[in-house]
Amino acid sequence: MRIIAAVVLVTLFTMAAKRATLVPGRSQNIAEMALDFVRVNIAEEILGHSARKYLPMLTTMFFAILAFNITGVIPFLNIASTSLIAMPLVLALWTYLVYLSSGIKKFGVGGYLKNALFPPGIPVFLYILITPIEILQVFVFRPLTLALRLTANMIAGHLLLVLCFGASNFFFIHAAGAMKALSAVTLTAGLAFTLFEILVAGLQAYVFTLLTAVYINMAIEEEH
Amino acid sequence: MDTTTTLAEVSGSVSVIGYGISTLGPGIGLGILIGKTVEGMARQPEVAGQLRTTMFIGVAFVELLALLGFVAGFLFS
Repeated sequence: MRIIAAVVLVTLFTMAAKRATLVPGRSQNIAEMALDFVRVNIAEEILGHSARKYLPMLTTMFFAILAFNITGVIPFLNIASTSLIAMPLVLALWTYLVYLSSGIKKFGVGGYLKNALFPPGIPVFLYILITPIEILQVFVFRPLTLALRLTANMIAGHLLLVLCFGASNFFFIHAAGAMKALSAVTLTAGLAFTLFEILVAGLQAYVFTLLTAVYINMAIEEEH
Repeated sequence: MDTTTTLAEVSGSVSVIGYGISTLGPGIGLGILIGKTVEGMARQPEVAGQLRTTMFIGVAFVELLALLGFVAGFLFS
């Protein structure tokens, strides 16, 4: 399903970009709107002037996650490929390497560590508390939570849909008498949650990309 | 004779109760977070975009707590 999603994504963008004209047609318009959303609302909003450098990465990330999330609600694919831990881990590792390397490239190893682990403007004795927390935060928690958030969200969504449709199946076929009517309720809930899952797919792609931008910004900022 | 009487019993996977409990805190947190953002937007509509972005960053962190409860339910079941 991962391959299907990737192929569909590439095909859509190729189709939109193949006949790119100055006056955009309908498909090009949609593609431009989607690309603009990432550029304006995520990259430029968070990263400001250095947005341009990281824009290709953020765009790729957003649309990849969106495509992989949306497979969760497409019939016969049925499971989001991001609900297996491997995919979010790879994406989070990408973020991890990029924000570490861009921080190190800008300040050097020592400068970056000093910037990240010893935030200025805090009484010196508090560093005993702050620095271990920051070490855990920067090197362990950020990539881990990034991956975990996406995976857990998709698993939870999948379970929710399974629960609704499984319940409608049970009520309609196996339940006795008036209980059969409950299947209509659960089926409606299942359809509503399908729509909700589409929203969550978009939202999670947005949040993942946003946090990536924020982490990069934290790494390359002059001072905290 | 048995002195204790069982009035109620929970059987099955008890760990799933943990998820129900773990959603409470983040639920309150999200309520405060989003409510305050709406308040801020109503006071100053011109910074609405900035507030929304910041809200989503906050939402991501709060939401993670609920999801940790969810994952813990699987890990320790």
